[in-house]
Amino acid sequence: MAQITIDGEQYEVPDGSNVLEAVLGLGLDLPYFCWHPALGSVGSCRQCALLQFQNAEDDRGRIVMGCMTSVSDGMLLSLSDTRAKDFRADVIEALMINHPHDCPVCAEGGECHLQDMTVMSGHKNRRYDGLKNTHVNQYLGPLINHEMNRCIACYRCVRYYDDYAGGTDLAAMGSHDHVYFGRHEDGMLESEFAGNLVEVCPTGVFTDKSLVNDYTRKWDLQSAPSICTSCAVGCNTSPGERYGRLKRVHNRYHHEVNGYFLCDRGRFGGAFVNSPDRLKSAGAKQVDGVFEAINHGDAVARLQELCGTPDGLYAIGSPRASLESNWMLQTLVGAEQFSAGLGLEESAVNAVVAALQDGGVATATLPEVEAADLVIILGEDVTQTAPRVALALRQSVRNEGIEQAAAIGVQYWQDAAVRNITQNARSPLIQLVSASTRLNDVASETMALAPDDIARIGYALADALGGGHAVDGLSAEQSALVSQMVALIGKAERPLIVSGASCHNSAVVSAARAVAALIAEQKSQTRVVYVVPECNSIGLGLLATESLSIDALSALATDGKIKTLLVMENDLYRRAPKAVVEQLLAAVPNVIVLDTVEHATAELADWVFPVASFAECEGTLINNEGRAQRFFPPMEGADERLPSWQWLKPLVEARHDVLRHQLEHIDDVLAALARHVPVLAGAVDASPNATYRDRVGLKVARQPHRYSGRTAMYADKTLHEPKTRVDENSALAYSMEGESRNLPSALRSFVWDPGWNSNQSLHKFQAEIGGTLRGGSAGIRLLKGESSAPDQRVSIPGAFVPKADQWLLTPQYRVFGSDELSSYADAIKEMIAEATLSLSPADAHSLGLTTEDGVRVYSDGFTLDCAVKIDGLVPSGTAGFVVGHPVMLQLQSGAIVSLEKKAGFMRMPDVIVSDGARIHG
Amino acid sequence: MTDRPLTQHLRPDGNPVFIAEYESNGGYDGLRRALAEKTPADCQQVVKDSRLRGRGGAGFPTGMKWSFVPMGDKAGPGHKYLVANADEMEPGTFKDRIILEQDPHQLIEGMILSAYAIEADIAYIFLRGEYTLAAQRIETAIQECYDAGYLGTGIQGSNYSLELRLHRSAGRYICGEETALINALEGKRANPRPKPPFPQVSGLWGRPTIVNNVETLCNITHILTHGADWFQSLGIGEDSGTKLFGASGNVMTPGVWELPMGTPIREILEQHAGGMREGYQLKGFLPGGGSTDFLTTDHLDLAMDYDVIGKAGSRMGTGTMIVLDDRSCPIGMVRNLSRFFAQESCGFCTPCRDGIPWIVQLLSRFEDGQATDADLVLLEEKARFVGGMGNTHCALAPGAMEPVISALKYFREDFERHIHEGGCCYQHAAGGH
Repeated sequence: MAQITIDGEQYEVPDGSNVLEAVLGLGLDLPYFCWHPALGSVGSCRQCALLQFQNAEDDRGRIVMGCMTSVSDGMLLSLSDTRAKDFRADVIEALMINHPHDCPVCAEGGECHLQDMTVMSGHKNRRYDGLKNTHVNQYLGPLINHEMNRCIACYRCVRYYDDYAGGTDLAAMGSHDHVYFGRHEDGMLESEFAGNLVEVCPTGVFTDKSLVNDYTRKWDLQSAPSICTSCAVGCNTSPGERYGRLKRVHNRYHHEVNGYFLCDRGRFGGAFVNSPDRLKSAGAKQVDGVFEAINHGDAVARLQELCGTPDGLYAIGSPRASLESNWMLQTLVGAEQFSAGLGLEESAVNAVVAALQDGGVATATLPEVEAADLVIILGEDVTQTAPRVALALRQSVRNEGIEQAAAIGVQYWQDAAVRNITQNARSPLIQLVSASTRLNDVASETMALAPDDIARIGYALADALGGGHAVDGLSAEQSALVSQMVALIGKAERPLIVSGASCHNSAVVSAARAVAALIAEQKSQTRVVYVVPECNSIGLGLLATESLSIDALSALATDGKIKTLLVMENDLYRRAPKAVVEQLLAAVPNVIVLDTVEHATAELADWVFPVASFAECEGTLINNEGRAQRFFPPMEGADERLPSWQWLKPLVEARHDVLRHQLEHIDDVLAALARHVPVLAGAVDASPNATYRDRVGLKVARQPHRYSGRTAMYADKTLHEPKTRVDENSALAYSMEGESRNLPSALRSFVWDPGWNSNQSLHKFQAEIGGTLRGGSAGIRLLKGESSAPDQRVSIPGAFVPKADQWLLTPQYRVFGSDELSSYADAIKEMIAEATLSLSPADAHSLGLTTEDGVRVYSDGFTLDCAVKIDGLVPSGTAGFVVGHPVMLQLQSGAIVSLEKKAGFMRMPDVIVSDGARIHG
Repeated sequence: MTDRPLTQHLRPDGNPVFIAEYESNGGYDGLRRALAEKTPADCQQVVKDSRLRGRGGAGFPTGMKWSFVPMGDKAGPGHKYLVANADEMEPGTFKDRIILEQDPHQLIEGMILSAYAIEADIAYIFLRGEYTLAAQRIETAIQECYDAGYLGTGIQGSNYSLELRLHRSAGRYICGEETALINALEGKRANPRPKPPFPQVSGLWGRPTIVNNVETLCNITHILTHGADWFQSLGIGEDSGTKLFGASGNVMTPGVWELPMGTPIREILEQHAGGMREGYQLKGFLPGGGSTDFLTTDHLDLAMDYDVIGKAGSRMGTGTMIVLDDRSCPIGMVRNLSRFFAQESCGFCTPCRDGIPWIVQLLSRFEDGQATDADLVLLEEKARFVGGMGNTHCALAPGAMEPVISALKYFREDFERHIHEGGCCYQHAAGGH
C-alpha cells in the first residue's frame, strides 16, 4: 500500500495502480472517459486531470492525468483545486462542442456516462457558437445502432473491439475533429463480442438496436439478477423489462465468471422471450392435428389425469432447464424412468462431470484464465462454445507482453505503451481442434485433427508427462508437438488446459483430465476449463447419475412400455436423429411437452403446457465450473406460463406423500433437492433465500428509485391502478423501495449510485477496482477440484484413417445458431449464417467443389444439401457440420457419409439488411 | 577545415551531388575511419562532447538522447533502429529539403555513423510525402551506397552491417513527432505514443530506436571527422556548430543559409534575408517555424541560441523564421496557422482535437468582424487550455498555441481594433494574408 495525500487528507491506496483507479477506489469522484477498468489507460480524453505537487513547498503543482500517473508513496494531489476543476470543466466543454443536444431522443439518456460526467464537471453554459461537425451513420447489423454524431472520440470502442476483443472491422478513421469510428463500409460487425460496445461507449454512439426500436429508459426498466442461459459459462446478467416485454440484457458484473463483458448471444439471445413462437397457453391436440387452447384449470386437471400413475410414465429432462424443474421431473417419474435428454453430447458431458468431480484440478476463474501463461486447448472452438472464456483467453496471450513491459518499468495498465512494447509477442496458446477457430489469430500453434486424434495427442502428452498411457503410431509432426508442449509446460507457471464436450468425444475430455492432473502435480497453479453445451448441462449430469438414452426410450416405447412421456424444455430433434425421435413420439400414446417455445417436438405432442422463461421465473443452474447460480425474473410470467416445477408440483405431491406441502415455493424445492441429492446440497447457498430483508426490513427493489408511470402504465388495459404483485418466491420485490448500496451481489438487480447513472457506477460496489463486489461473489462453487480419483474412462482410441470417398462427420459449433433458445430471438436469427459443411481444400478439389458450390451429403436413409466451406485446417477425410443448425439437425458426429457436388445449388446472400437499404453498391 | 560543413559541397547550380562527386570531396572517408578506429562508445562520446543539440526543433542534446539506448547484450535479442526524421512539415521550414535534394549522401553517411554509434542494424529515412524530388535522389544515393559497400553486410570490410530504407510519408504533420512517426512506420495511425517508454528503450516494433532530424544526422559525419572541439568552435554564442537558418515572408531575399550558432537575428534578417521588402516594416517574426512564439523588433539583437531564444519567451525551433510585416494581419496569420494545426491534429486527445478548431472559430470571428470583448477573454482562456504544458498528449497543441498566445501578448491592440472596427483593417492592404 502507498500513502497518498489528496486535498490534505491522507489515504492508503494499492501500490502499482494509477491515480484514477486509486481515487475511484477510495469512493471519491473523478470524471473520466477513455479509461476503463478492463481496458487500462491511454490518456486520450484528458478528463481525469488533477494537480500533483512536487513537495510540500510546491504550491503551484502541475496538471497530470490520473489514469496515466502511477501511485507513489507520499504523493501530493489535489482534486478540488480550482485549476484542476477548471481544466476538467474545459475538457467537457470541448467535448460538447460537437455533441448534439439530442439527449431527449437518445437511447443512452438516463444512463449516459457523458451526461453524468458533464454534471460532475460542472459545465453548464455553452460558449461555442460555431457549427457542429456531423457524420454519416452506418448500418452495423441487427444488434448495434450507430449514431456517430454523438461521438466524443474517447477511443474506447476501438480499444475494446480491436485491441481487447480481437475484432478487425471497426476502426478509428480520419483525423482531427473528423475522426470517425466505424467500419470501412456498412455491414454487420464481425465480432461476436460487439454488443459490449453498448456498455463500453460512454455515450450514445453504439446502442442496443432492439432497445432503440422498443425503447425504455433505464430508470423505467424493471430488472432482476439473472444468469445467461445461452451457454454453460453462466455469465451474470441484468435483464430489464417494461410493459411485459424483455427490453434488453445488460452485463451484471461477476468478478470470477464474466467480469465486465458478455457475448452477443448472451446479450441479444435472451430476446427469445418476446418471440411469437412462445407457447402462451396449454393446448390439447385435436383429431385434425391442430392444438386447441385449454384453460388453466383444465390443463392442471388433465396433467394430473395423464400423469396420475407411475406405470408407463417416463420423462425427458433438459440441460437448459433449472435444477429445480429437472429434479421435480426426475422425482415424479423415478430415476430409472428418467432421461437427462443430453443427447449427442451425453457421454462427453458425463466425462466432464466426472472430471469436475474427481479430476483433482480446480477450474479457472475468469481472472485465472486471463492470468494463464500457457493455454492448451483440446477440441474446443471456445469462441463458439463458451464465448466469454475465449474473450478471456485472448487476454491470457498478452501476459508475455505484459511481462516484457514490466521489465522496462511499464505497468500493465499503461495499455497503449504495453501494446507498443509487446508488438506481436504472445504467451503460448496451443489448439488441437478439428477446423479453423476464432482463436487462430492468437494461437501460437494450431493443429487440426479428427477428434480421436486429438484424444490420442492428449494421451501422448499425458504419457510424456509420466502418465503411462502410451500411444502408438503418432506422426512425426504430432510427436514434435507433444515435445513442444512438454517443453512449454516445463516453463509455465500458470498452465491452463481447456477441453470439453464439443467434440462429442469423451476420450478427448479424459485425455485433457489426465494431462491437467499430471501438470498439477508439478504446478500448483494449474487450472482447467471444461466446456459443456448448455446452461445446466453440469447440473443435469450431477442430478441424473443414471439416465435413459433416447434410443433406449425409443426401444421401450416400441415395446409398448411407455404410456405417457413428459418432455420438459427439450426439443428432441436436437438430441437424436429425426428417425429415432419420430419413432419414439409415434410409439407413445400420450406425449406431453412443457416448454417455453413451440418447436418440432411440441408439434408432435398430444398436449403442450407453456413454461415460464428465465425472465419469468426463478431457478438454479450449475455452470461449467460447477458453480450454482440463481436467476430471478425481471417480469411476471405472462398468460398461463408457469415454471416447469410448478406444473409438476401437484403431480409430485400426489406421487410422494412425504413431499406434500413441502414444495410451496422454489426455495422449498431447492431445499428438498439438496436433501435428496448430496452433491447439490450446497446449491441452497447460491443466493439468499426469499426471507432475506435489507437493514430496514425491506425486500430488494427490482425498480430504480425513479421508476415512473407505475400507476398509469397499464392504463390501456385497465383504468384501475394495478395491485403490486407480491413475489413469494424470492427476496426481490416488484417495487422501487429498498436499499441499493449494501446488497448481496446475488440479489443486485442493477447498478446505480447518485451521480453515476450509467453502468460505470459499478466501481461504487466493488471492494477494489476490477475486483470482487462488496456484496460478495454471487453463486457458490460446488465442485472445487479438490477431490481426486482415477479416471474410469481412459481408453485410447485408434488413429483416424481417411478412407476413399468417405467422410467422418465432426461437430462444429457456432455462436449464432448452435444454441437453441437464442435462435428464436429476432436479432440473432439474422446473425445465423448459412449451414455449411467444412471440407479440406484437397477433398473439395477431389469433389470438384469451390466455395461457391453446394454439396450433397448421403447418409443412412437420407440425403441433405448444403453449402460447402473450404477450410485449410480441416483434416482430409473429415467433414465439419454445424451443430444445432436447423438444416443440419440430422447429421451426427462420428457418422460416416459420402459426398457429391450438388449441381445448381444456390447459396444464401451474404448480407441481410433488416433496417433499410443502407448497404452501398 | 570548413566553417560551413553542411553546405560546403552543395553545387551552385542546385544539382545533386551523387556518389562520385561526394567521394571526391572526401565523402565516406570519415565513415571508413570511424569504422576502423572508433568503437560505438567512442563515437557517442565525441557526439556528447560536441554538445550537438537536436536540429528538429526541441534542441535536446543528441549525445544524451543516444546514451539511453541499451548497448551490447543489454539490448536483448532483435534489431535496433535509427530513423532520420525527414518529415519536414513545420510551417515555414524548408532547411532539410536543401540537403535531401542536393546532398543526400551527406545524410546517408551521417546516418550510417549514427547507426553505428548506437549499434542499430536497420535504418529508415522517413521522408515527407511531397518531397518527390528528394525521394528520387535519395533512392539513387541509397542504391549507390549498396553498390559501393557503404550499406549492407560488412560495411567497408568491417563487422558492421546496416540496411537503409526510404519510407515516404503518407502525409501528416504529426508524423514529425517521433512516436507518431514510429506508429506510421509500423503502418498504424500516426498518433503519438505515450511516454515512457521512450523510443530509445522501446520504439519501432517495440525495439530501441533513435529518431533524429536530418540536419542533426548530417552534423555527425563532420563531428566525427573533425572532432568535438572543432564543432564547438563553430558556434559564436553558447551553442555548438552551425545551423541552417532561414527566413520567409516579405523579406527581400527569402532563403536558407548555414550560419554559426549564435548568429544575431538582426544579421540573419537584415544581411542574409536582405531586410524587408520595400514598403514593408518588420512587425514581428516566429523564430523557428509555425509553432514558436512571436518575437518582435525588440529581440533583433538576440543571438540564435537555444537558451537565449528560450529566455526571450520563444523557441529556436527549426531556426527558419516566418516574418510578419506591418501590412499583414497578425490575426489572419495566426488563424491561418491555427487552421493548419487544427487540420493536422491526430484527433487523439480532447484539448487539441476539439480545442484548436474552437480557436480557429474564435479567430475567424475577429477576422469577420463579429468578435466582442468576451471573445477576446474566451480566446485567451481557450488558448491557455489548449496550450498548457501537460494538458495534451503530445506537443502539437502547445506548439500550435505559441503563435496565438504570443500574438495576444504582442499584438493585442490588433485584436482590440478588430473588435472595435468590426473587422480586419488589413484586408484591403496589399500583401495581406
